[in-house]
This record gives sequence, C-alpha cells and structure tokens, in this order.
Amino acid sequence: MYLYSLTLQQATGIVCAINGNFVGGKAQEIVVARGKSLDLLRPDEAGKIQTLHSVEVFGAIRCLAHFRLTGSQRLRRRRLGPGRIVIMEYHKEKNCFHKLYQETFGKSGCRRIVPGQYLAVDPKGRAVMIAACEKQKLVYVLNRDTAARLTISSPLEAHKSHTITYSITGVDCGFDNPIFAAIELDYSEADQDSTGQAASEAQKHLTFYELDLGLNHVSRKWTEPIDNGANLLVTVPGGDDGPSGVLVCAENFVIYKNQGHPDVRAVIPRRADLPAERGVLIVSSATHRQKSMFFFLLQTEYGDIFKVTLEHKRDEQDRVHVTELKIKYFDTIPVTSAMCVLKTGFLFAASEFGNHALYQFQAIGDGDDVEASSATLMETEEGFQPVFFQPRGLKNLVRIDQVASLMPIMDMKVMNLFEEETPQIFTLCGRGPRSSLRILRPGLAISEMAVSQLPGVPNAVWTVKKNVNDEFDAYIVVSFPSGTLVLSIGETVEEVSDSGFLDTTPSLAVSLLGDDSLMQVHPNGIRHIREDGRINEWKTPGKKTIVKVGSNRLQVVIALSGGELIYFEMDMTGQLMEVEKHEMPGDVACLDIAPVPEGKQRSRFLAVGSYDNTIRILSLDPDDCMQVLSVQSVSSPPESLLLLEVQASTGGEDGADHPASVFLNAGLQNGVLFRTVVDMVTGQLSDTRSRFLGLRAPKLFKAIVRGRQAMLCLSSRPWLGYIHQGHFLLTPLSYETLEFAASFSSDQCAEGVVAVAGDALRIFTIERLGETFNETIIPLRYTPRKFVLQTRKKFLVIIESDQGAFTAEERESARKECLEADGVGENGDANNVERMENGVGEDEEKEDPLSDEQYGYPKAESDKWVSCIRILDPKSGNTTCLLELQDNEAAFSICTVNFHDKEYGTLLAVGTAKGLQFLPKRSLVSGYIHIYRFIEEGKSLELLHKTQVEGVPLALCQFQGRLLAGIGAVLRLYDVGKRRLLRKCENKLFPNTINSIHTYRDRIYVGDIQESFHYCKYRRDENQLYIFADDSVPRWLTASHHVDFDTMAGSDKFGNVYFVRLPQDVSDEIEEDPTGGKIKWEQGKLNGAPNKVEEIVQFHVGDVVTCLQKASLIPGGGECIIYGTVMGSLGALLAFTSREDVDFFSHLEMHMRQEHPPLCGRDHMAYRSAYFPVKDVIDGDLCEQFPTLPPDLQRKIADELDRTPGEILKKLEDIRNKII
Amino acid sequence: MKELVSPKSTIDLTRVPNASDRFNINSQLEHLQAKYVGTGHADLNRFEWAVNIQRDSYASYVGHYPILAYFAIAENEAIGRERYNFMQKMLLPCGLPPEREED
Repeated sequence: MYLYSLTLQQATGIVCAINGNFVGGKAQEIVVARGKSLDLLRPDEAGKIQTLHSVEVFGAIRCLAHFRLTGSQRLRRRRLGPGRIVIMEYHKEKNCFHKLYQETFGKSGCRRIVPGQYLAVDPKGRAVMIAACEKQKLVYVLNRDTAARLTISSPLEAHKSHTITYSITGVDCGFDNPIFAAIELDYSEADQDSTGQAASEAQKHLTFYELDLGLNHVSRKWTEPIDNGANLLVTVPGGDDGPSGVLVCAENFVIYKNQGHPDVRAVIPRRADLPAERGVLIVSSATHRQKSMFFFLLQTEYGDIFKVTLEHKRDEQDRVHVTELKIKYFDTIPVTSAMCVLKTGFLFAASEFGNHALYQFQAIGDGDDVEASSATLMETEEGFQPVFFQPRGLKNLVRIDQVASLMPIMDMKVMNLFEEETPQIFTLCGRGPRSSLRILRPGLAISEMAVSQLPGVPNAVWTVKKNVNDEFDAYIVVSFPSGTLVLSIGETVEEVSDSGFLDTTPSLAVSLLGDDSLMQVHPNGIRHIREDGRINEWKTPGKKTIVKVGSNRLQVVIALSGGELIYFEMDMTGQLMEVEKHEMPGDVACLDIAPVPEGKQRSRFLAVGSYDNTIRILSLDPDDCMQVLSVQSVSSPPESLLLLEVQASTGGEDGADHPASVFLNAGLQNGVLFRTVVDMVTGQLSDTRSRFLGLRAPKLFKAIVRGRQAMLCLSSRPWLGYIHQGHFLLTPLSYETLEFAASFSSDQCAEGVVAVAGDALRIFTIERLGETFNETIIPLRYTPRKFVLQTRKKFLVIIESDQGAFTAEERESARKECLEADGVGENGDANNVERMENGVGEDEEKEDPLSDEQYGYPKAESDKWVSCIRILDPKSGNTTCLLELQDNEAAFSICTVNFHDKEYGTLLAVGTAKGLQFLPKRSLVSGYIHIYRFIEEGKSLELLHKTQVEGVPLALCQFQGRLLAGIGAVLRLYDVGKRRLLRKCENKLFPNTINSIHTYRDRIYVGDIQESFHYCKYRRDENQLYIFADDSVPRWLTASHHVDFDTMAGSDKFGNVYFVRLPQDVSDEIEEDPTGGKIKWEQGKLNGAPNKVEEIVQFHVGDVVTCLQKASLIPGGGECIIYGTVMGSLGALLAFTSREDVDFFSHLEMHMRQEHPPLCGRDHMAYRSAYFPVKDVIDGDLCEQFPTLPPDLQRKIADELDRTPGEILKKLEDIRNKII
Repeated sequence: MKELVSPKSTIDLTRVPNASDRFNINSQLEHLQAKYVGTGHADLNRFEWAVNIQRDSYASYVGHYPILAYFAIAENEAIGRERYNFMQKMLLPCGLPPEREED
C-alpha cells in the first residue's frame, strides 16, 4: 500500500510571531511560524488580517527574530529549524522568502545540547546568539562584504558545561561591543550531592556575554545571582533612548538589572481569586518603542497584560539610573504565545489555543488602574507583600479582527449529518472556556450583502457598466421568461425604465459593447443602444429566433435555431456589422468568445458546443473566418462554455516570463467540468482535465477575484475557480444552489457576485480566499475530550472535562460575590451559565463584563476536576441536555452500547475518574463507568447506574452485545445488570494503560498508551480473551483507527502516523484454528505475544496527531485517512490505486527533494523520517510546491520524468481532486 | 569552529588495540564525554543514566511545540508555564542522587 499525504488545512496555531517591516514601504507585517510553515501576514486598511504568503518548510521552526543590518534600509528576517540557522528576506517581486544564508550547527534534531531553542539578536543587528537548553551557546557575527551582501562569521563558542539556560536576549548597548544576557543555572554540584543541600542552594544567575568585535572573541563579562523563579528576559532600550540593561521576569516579580546597577524589583499584581500556592508567570512579552518613550507589555499565564514602565534619569557622569519600575494592569486577553505591537497602533495576539485576534489600541494604559511599583514594594517576614487586582473589561484595547484557529483538535468525525452533497467534518477544538465544536465544510465562506425578492422567477442576470473606464457597474439586468427588469446601481438598487433596454421580452445577453454602448440580445434580435441614446435594432430573418449568444467587447456571435451562426463585429464608427455566416450541422448548445486580447482588434477563437457531444473551435480571423480549427469530443452534451486565461504558474506577479494560457472550460450535462488548453496560435486543444462538480450541468460565468480573471461554475452547488498563490484552485462555495450569476462591483463591494436563485436576487462576496474549509462554531463549556453520535436522532454526545477549575455553581457564586463587591449591578448575569452553552454572541459579550472566553476560568487547586456530558443537536446548535458531573469526577471515555437483552435499547456508557492526579504520581480515588439511558427521544439522559472500577476507564467499546472496557492495564468484558455492570471476562496482560479499543467480528484491536496495538480474540465458548499478536515497536499511541480486518492505523506522540498489518499467513492461521488451543498455549518471547504485526506505512507528520478517521470527503472520491492535529491542522492520506501513479509521484518527489530543498534547510527525507524511516508515503505537500519553481527548473524536472510541466500540474490537480 | 566529528570517525574500532592505544582511546572517550553531554561510559550507574534520559526528554518536550501543547492540555496549564516547569525539573529530574559508596 502506497499513500499520498496531503495537508488539507495548514496548522492554525502559532508557535511564535514577530513584527517588522519586511516588504518595504510603511506597512507593518507579521511573520508567524506555525510549527512547520511560515506565514507572512498583514492587517489591511479595514483591519482584517490578510495572508500575503505562506510556505511549508518541512522542519520545526522554533524561534524567529528579525534584524536590520546597520545602514541597511531593508529589514531581514531569520528563522531556524532544528540545528540550523537560516537568514532570509522577503522578495516582494517574487512574493516569496529568499534564503540569504544558512548555517548548520547540529544535525541530530531538537536535543538538549543542540543550539536552537533560544535565539537573540543584537539590537543593532551586528551579531546573533543561539543557545541550547543546556551548555551550548554560539555567537555569529553578521557583517557585509564589499558588495553589501550579508556575511556571517564562523561561530564563536560561549559554552559552559552543566549549565541550563532559561532565556537569552541581546542587550541594547548602543554601538559598544554587543552584549548578550542569559539566565543560567549550574547543576553540576546538585548532581553530586546526595544530601540535597547543593540542590537547595542552586542559584540562577544572570550572565552577560560580551562579543569583542576587535578580538573576535566572546567572554563572560559579568554574572550575578538572580531570583530562582526567573524565566524570561526582555531587552530594555539603551543608548540615547533608555537605560539599557534587561528586565528579568520571574515568578511573581519583574526585576530590572544591569551591570553596575542595583536591582529594581516590583511584584506582579495577582488576581484576587488565585489560590495561594500558584505563582504568576510571564509567558509572553512585547515592547513598544517610540522616539520619546518606551513601554513593555507583559502577559501572565492567566491572560492578564501588564504595562511595565521604567522611570529613569541621567546623572552627571552621563550614566542612566532607573529609579522606579511600575507594573500596571492593562487589559486581559486570552493567553498568547506571542504578542506583536505594530507601529500602526495594533496589537496582534497569537493565542496559544483558540482564535488569534487583532486589537486596536484605544489608550496606552494611562488610566486609573491597579499598579505595583518598586517604590512601594513592601517586604515582610513571609516575603514580599502581594498586590491584588480584579480583572475588568477591555479598556485600552478593542478587538477588530479574529483569525480562526482550530488548535487543538481534540476529536474529529467526518459525517454527513446534514445530508448535504459532501460530508461535514465535526471537530472538537479549543480548551477550557474557549473550547468549541466546529463544523467544517470544504469550501469558501461567503458573506451575503443583500437578498431581495423579485416579482417573478428570473432565469438570468447580468451586470453592465456604462463606460469601459467606469470603475463600477451601472445596471443589473434581470431577465424573466416574459420580460426584462433593469435595476440601476447607486446608493440603493432601484428599477429604472430609461436605460434603453427592451423590457417586454426576455434577454439572452446584456453587455457593454465598444467603449460606451450597450447591447441587449433577445430572441428576436439584437438591440444596440448607443451612448447618445440612438438605438439600432437588428432583427432575425424569417421566423428564426436567437438561441445562444457569445460576445466580448468588440465581437458578437449569435446562434439561430437550426444551427446557423452569424458573426458581427464592431467597426470603427461603433456600428455593429454582420461579417460572416456559417451553418453548423445541428443546433448549437452553447458558445463563447474569448475576451479581446490587449492591443488587438479581435479575439481569434470562437468555441461552439453542439448536442452531438462535440466542442469546435472556430477561427474569427478575416482570412479564415469561421473555419473549424479543432474539434473535441466530450462525454456528454456541453451546457456552457467559457474561455478563460489562466496563469499556469507564478514567478512574478506580472507573469512576464510565464505567458498565460487560455483554457477552454466546458460544463457538460452530466455535471462534469471539462477543461482543456487552447493553443494560442493554432487553436488546437490539448491537456484535458475533467472534474465532477455536481448533479446539475455546470453553468460557467466570468468573475473577478483579486483583480484577476476567475470563473464561477454553478452546478448543484456553486464553485469558484481562481488563482491563489500560483495555483489554480477550484473550490466549492458554501452557499445554496444558484441559477445564474454575474460579477458585481459597486462602491460598497468591489468584487462581489450577483446571482439569482428561485425568485430572489442575491448579492454576496467571497471571503478568506485560499482557505479549504469554512467553519460553523458552537461554543462548549470545558475542554472537549471525545464525542459519539447518537445514531437514531443524529445528536452528538460530547464529554468535556477540565483540571484545576471550579464547577459552574461555584463559579457563579464567586462571580456574584465579586460583582457585588465591585458594586456592579446584577446585570442579568444569573443566566450566565445558560449563555455560556448556547453561544455567546458578539453583542452579548459586551454586556458581560467578565466573559470566561476572554478571561479564562478562575484557577482552582490542581486536584479539582470539572466535567460535563452534553447532548447537542448539530443542526440547530442547541444543547438539549447538559449533565455536570459532581464530586470531582471527570469523564474520559464514551461510547454507545446495545446490550444483549433489548430491555433498554441504546445506552450510553461514560468512563470517569474521581480525584485524578498526575503528579507526583498518577493516582485516583476510583474510576466509574456510568450507564445512561436516552430519554425524551434522545434529547436527554437518565443515569441507570454507575459501576466502580479500580482504574481510569480510558477506552470503551461495544462488543457482541456487551461492553468492553480498558481499565488501566486490564481489558474487561461487562454485561449489564439491574444495579451495576457485571464482569464477564478479563485479560490483565496488557503492558501499561489501554487507551483505545476497536472491534471487528470476534477480533479486538487494543491500543496501549505506550506499546502500540495488541490484537486480541474473544472465544465465546471458553469465555476467554487472548492476545495473539502485538507490535514490536513501543509506540506512544495518541489516536487509532481500524482500517480493515488485519490493519490498524495509529499515530504516536512524536508526530508519526503509521499502519500495521497482521501478515496474511498468520491471519489465516488464527482464523483457521477451530479449537483455539494453539493461540491459547502459544507463548511469545520476552513476555510479548506469539505473533507480531508488520509496519506497512510510516510517515512523520511533524505534529501530534490526535484523531484519525477513514472517510471520503467528496462524493465518488477515494476513501482516505483524515487526521487532525494538536496544532489545528487537518491532513489526508490517500491510497494510490495504480502502480504508475506511485512511480510517477515517487520520482517527482525525488526530483523535488533534489532541485527544491526545503526553505529551512532541513533535509526533506530526514524530516519525514525523524523517528522511523518513512515508508511508502509520498509527500504531497512537497510535490505541490512544483508550480512555485522557476519555469526552467520545472521543465528540467518534467524532462526527467518524460512529461511536460503541464502534465505534471494536471497530475497534481487530479490527485488533489480525488481527496477534496 | 572546530569540526563536529562523529565518534565513529575518531576511533577506529576495527583495529586491534595495544596498550598505548587503550590509553589513547580512554582519553578520547573522556574528550567525547566532555563534549557530548550524555555520552555514557562503562561505570555509569543507574541514577546517572536516568538523569540523562530525563534531561534529554524534558529538552525534547520543550523543543517540540506540539508536544508541549499536548502536555499543556492534559494539565490545563499555559504552554509557557509548562515550558517553565519542564525547565525547572531539569535541575533534579530524578530526585536526590544516591549516596556514593566510599571505596
């Protein structure tokens, strides 16, 4: 089995983010690393975050920093994967990152002493330090050669053995020798001293490393003990701007330190409701610098942002003294992994879980708020006096945009619950109060601008400009079976009668002709409306009527009934002149003319589709007018044709070196979209592609997307074909079936679409281009763990649980208390619980001064758990039942089960643990299996009984009318009793903890948390469970899926996906063993099972996969394994069906590896084989980078494969279309 | 920068060692142990081995962001807090060292 791996949705979480000016000009951009991909984002004028560029790097990006070489106007940026530092800049012209320099310093991945964990740049851009968790620190000197190119020195070592590094930063010391600061801890003595005294005396130090540029040498300049809770360093501006030095962020404190300067210390204010044993840790920081002032924004692990300012003054010797450090409460936003303060007054907050947000500054925290200061720091006998505050609503920030993030995907199911054409992906995302159920549908989201009812059922709509130079459309023309309606576009859209259009007849086409005249084609003739109001009418001869029209700005071709074509051209005086007639063999089904090329008189090609299943290309040149240039036969009569210019590849925005090719698109009556390339000279057709779009014949329309030509295809659902980052994408729109559409442009909406469906006229725009999925969000209460489908009523049953949180009642009473204390009125908060689960709307959020989504749940002791079981109707998004578990119980597993005796029908089993604690050792009071009965037609639950068990039931599964439960290392079979579950059979031979159970016939596939899969068999006559096969590799299983009788798919904690299969002969032997005696008495070696499964597929995804499912995302498409990851990405593994494809793609992958090594310098093969050698999986993400290669390289690879670049692109498109 | 040389290329294990070589190999091993933290030796005790493994694991957790996030979800803590906890645990990952046998 060979698989093709394709990422469907890039990771949506953010590892780190930096802001700066990368493109040039005044704009500020943000570069975000999403683990293995790198994106360049920019907030546009409207405050929406736009993605300028995104690239997959096939490596783990751990740290980003940016710098500007002195004297250089260009900002450069740098990033690094494991063991490598890469310096790159952004090429505006080519729209890509360009690697300037790459230096390898470790080849063995993210390890303890391989530098790369930390990265610090000298604020003047002269040097860079890279540090590992332990011991190693390397300093590179950055310089430029005579040609002003960047050069990088060989690394200077600043290693210190037995030393752990917590954070490093560059110290701003003007143009003196560059200095780097590091928080270090020496453990050598603690490792030797068995009394523990050395360990308790171990002290973190702040060390300054000086790079002597003259001697080219790094030395430890200064070191001093600091608070043992220190975890983060922040550079303080120096030189003329500030006092230099660093801010040391420690648990509960922020300390200003500099060489030869006394410490200035202030406490971080704490939330009043925080348990006493919890500290306050700074997790992310941002610095804002202006000419006259600077301040820092530090965010704590609870989401509170503090503004830190330094009071400083210069003494006589021109030394700067910091006199006071102030920490003031600023605002509270969800916890971030990185914050960026943009010069344009925005704050980009990259949330660690859940949606990212862009905030605008309303104020900079000058108001009256809780403030801790070094001046008022009080030291008592127990330590420093804490300062308390109460979080409040946003005062200084206002949220203006959100970027969706699925991180983390906890569970996923692909189902078609809504009976739509394609299945929906139900994902459980997020954590704590920000968790949600997200329903993903492949396709682009649209936003509806207007819907208006029309007096009848229209059959067509057009938009038309009055003048070719107009920016916006002037009229919307709607055709009905018996008339035509003209609407003028202005402030409002209203009916007009002075447009010159004939309104008593239906229309076949309406368009702008020449520079400023309009044309209406109706069944009996052509009406040409000149700019001065004169009207020329051309009537059809005899009783013939016009059936089809094709036109561009200067040419019109009409098809009369019977198959006669008449060709008109516009002459110099603006008159429409008949040029040629041509008799076609039969009736014309559809026709189209390509737009007039720039600087030409006419377009050369006319495409005509006939009912005899052919499409002909006819010439419109005067010398061979109406000659058939080529004929293409198709599988079904064409319904609609469109000639569209597509840039097959990018290299530059202008496409100068990639001439655009013209594609002939045909919508066939069997629902297939047929695309073929038209040779610009000969008119020959080649390179055909077809794709099934829906049950109705696609109608094709021109549209404009981002200023480029695009295509709307209306089948049983609408599709958009457009160019995104060099790829031609054909994506469904999440909208209802449309009849007819036209592009629409007005000053409210620059690139919209007007369409008719039923008796309504709809105007909409298409949002977030380039995204594969659009989502519907239903908020949940706690971190969702798992969910199952209640099959009869199609409700979802979700279990949610959170550690260290208060129950809803406790929270509610605490909230009331605190609001009363604050003097805030009740404010209708009593029904807050209700609101939480039924979705907090935008406006409701404003009412609620302390929404949990923004502020997080208050922290409780770590051994407290809250949990709930919810029944949710996915259609309406309503929760029909919510059971909050009591007594510190938390739900971990769920399944539906039908027991043998049909007394109860379908029951719900939920595995819970009471008082679970992970540290110092996993312990619990007891586990339970709850059995619930569905009542009120599945809308609600009733507890039947609960059975105490000795461990955490992490896996439950129905098996032959009984319930299989994995309780710790025990696999046990239960039957239902009146008051509790009854043990029937068990097997205690599993190595650690069972975390998944799948069953098929009498086989049971058990996944162990550390030891991969175990294949078991249940023998009913003996009532025994045997393990007959297991895996030889210890896999830390995170997700599993049953593929077929002998095969399981699994994923491990380290980011690998793998398939194991029981060898055929072993499988046969097991099945043919009638007595079962053989398996029973067979002994394995080293406590293992007698048989071993074989690994047949192995692939490193680079992200922890949390859910796997076999599904087909499109009707008629191949089944593939869909996976979701912690970082919020979705991917698919598709099995190849032919050997040829395997050969082709493995060769393409091989050439891509050679010719286009990944951007971050990680060897692609090494990356995909990070833990185990990659086996039988072809990386589609690498193959799909083919179109981004320069054309000569594309040709080179294509030649090696004995194909043309076009054929390769087609192959790539084809295989993608099989998946989504 | 000194070349990073893998252990294989510095010690030729196929040669039959003589007395002076043995001394040489030992010194080379010592050099490797100093350079590559975690390189084992014949007298490594259980505790030292475990400490190394634990430190390597924590460094790996901190280095791989998705794993860090995975832990953070399990413990319901911020990712930054989780990273800090792991770094703190690198000091004494296996508790206090056993008492040395005086010999």
